[in-house]
Amino acid sequence: MITVEKMLKIVEWTGLAVITLIFVFPFIWMMITALKSLPETVVFPPEWIPETWMWSNFKVAWSSGPFLRYFFNSLFVAVAILVLQILTMVPAAYAFSRYQFPGRGFLFGLTMAALMIPPQITFLPVFLQMSEWGFINSYIPLILPYAASAFGIFLLRQSFMQVPEELIEAARLDEASEWRIMWRIMVPMARPVLVTFGLFSFIYHWNDYFWPLVMTNSDAFRTLPIGIAMLKDAEGGIAWNIVMAGNMILVIPILIVFFVAQRQIIRAFVYSGVK
Amino acid sequence: MSLNTLRPYLMVAPSLIIFLLFFIYPIFYMIYLSFTSWNLISPDKTFVGVANYVELFQSQDFRQVFFNTVIYTVLTVFLSLTVALLLALWLNKSSAIYGIVQGAIFSPYIISLVSVSLLWMWMMDPQYGLLNWVLNLFHLPPSPWLTHTDTALLSLVVVGVWKIVGYNALVFIAGLQSIPKDLYEAAALDEASQWATFARITLPMLSPTLFFLLVVNTIASFQVFDTVQIMTQGGPVNSTNMLVYYIYEYGFDFFKIGYASAAGVVLLVIVGVMTVFHFRFMAKRVHYR
Repeated sequence: MITVEKMLKIVEWTGLAVITLIFVFPFIWMMITALKSLPETVVFPPEWIPETWMWSNFKVAWSSGPFLRYFFNSLFVAVAILVLQILTMVPAAYAFSRYQFPGRGFLFGLTMAALMIPPQITFLPVFLQMSEWGFINSYIPLILPYAASAFGIFLLRQSFMQVPEELIEAARLDEASEWRIMWRIMVPMARPVLVTFGLFSFIYHWNDYFWPLVMTNSDAFRTLPIGIAMLKDAEGGIAWNIVMAGNMILVIPILIVFFVAQRQIIRAFVYSGVK
Repeated sequence: MSLNTLRPYLMVAPSLIIFLLFFIYPIFYMIYLSFTSWNLISPDKTFVGVANYVELFQSQDFRQVFFNTVIYTVLTVFLSLTVALLLALWLNKSSAIYGIVQGAIFSPYIISLVSVSLLWMWMMDPQYGLLNWVLNLFHLPPSPWLTHTDTALLSLVVVGVWKIVGYNALVFIAGLQSIPKDLYEAAALDEASQWATFARITLPMLSPTLFFLLVVNTIASFQVFDTVQIMTQGGPVNSTNMLVYYIYEYGFDFFKIGYASAAGVVLLVIVGVMTVFHFRFMAKRVHYR
């Protein structure tokens, strides 16, 4: 017998399925399109299963530009930024959390101001500066402005403040250097925060389109998102199967990371925003 | 000075030099440039006073761009927050299936806006797009989506909402979970109606989260760029041109650096005002804790 409760359950499950579909199906559609032949993309109503699976689309997309270079650039820029950010934020967070010094409040205020200034405001003057210094067409404008992270300092400072003072005092009595205390005591205690920050930073810069678009004008330094977006400017109209194949190259690494570390990624983006 | 006195300054110096060079100084440089006329090629920057601002505020185009940005922001923020709140109330349960749905709605947020833009551009194709097929399924007339002045801006709103609503929902869920359970137990003892429980407990307790999301979403939406640049280039006939794209166009396509900087200063002021709100609120929250 179907009770009211059962009915409600069915309605709810249908609702959940619809919601999931709205957010997941576009990705499936990307995949389906990426495996179609060009004529199959221009039929209406659309076909759900490609007649022959055109794995060659990936090859076409990959070879329609210097994609190996783009891929390397994306990886190199994202990793270089993360390494530099960790190197600059650990000492800064240690100083802000554990030292008393004149001007500390002011300098921390400057850090917070940097946190609040988005790249969409600074891109024009930074580009002009960079070209005055002759740095356009190098990795410098892609990496250097992000070599320090105000957000990272903010997160890490909070985590460093929770390390018990006795632990540091004990290390100092053992004549451990401040450098050693920082990297051997503070950093291991803050590992979850550093993982969270690392995921956030890597995903952000891997995905970033705006900054590399503005700061590069040669293929040698363009990143993957720029290359993928340029696929649609092909001569003779947009070949959607090729564009979607390229799109997959950009999306799949992130989706894999998301599947593996979903909880941590959600925490990285959601909870770090709330705190 | 001994090393011990200098040490904290040396520790913060690398980060602060970066912030000063690439965040703080550019702001002042941009303000200076907004009072000059410069075409990027000539070595001279001519001082022109407030001429750029006068031109900006008299420009019909700029007025439309500003208006577009406000409309886009209001719609995106309102829709994404409302839908996110409803989703959060629905999905805030512990069984595994809700976790999967939460992951699904969040996934667009970590995907590059390039992918999102290209994907939706394809789905919004007026001839072969999936969305018109869905409309057809419900016996609705097809939409021109990005190709018509009436629908293009709304189409960008749809994409903006789809991208961010999952993030908002999960932040709301985090907020809901931080509401003390005994408040609900007390309400149940008083036999309060569901609506009263929502209006008197859930909503007020959620208001810090709501305010946080309101500010963050408004600031982010005001700076929309990627979808505009990839999906419409501001068209058709300027109907989707918005502030950051406008600055980008004037700086990099028309080489009117002074004018673009003046538009940048307008954006700076708007974001600055919202940020002050944000800081006031954060200070308050810390205070109450």
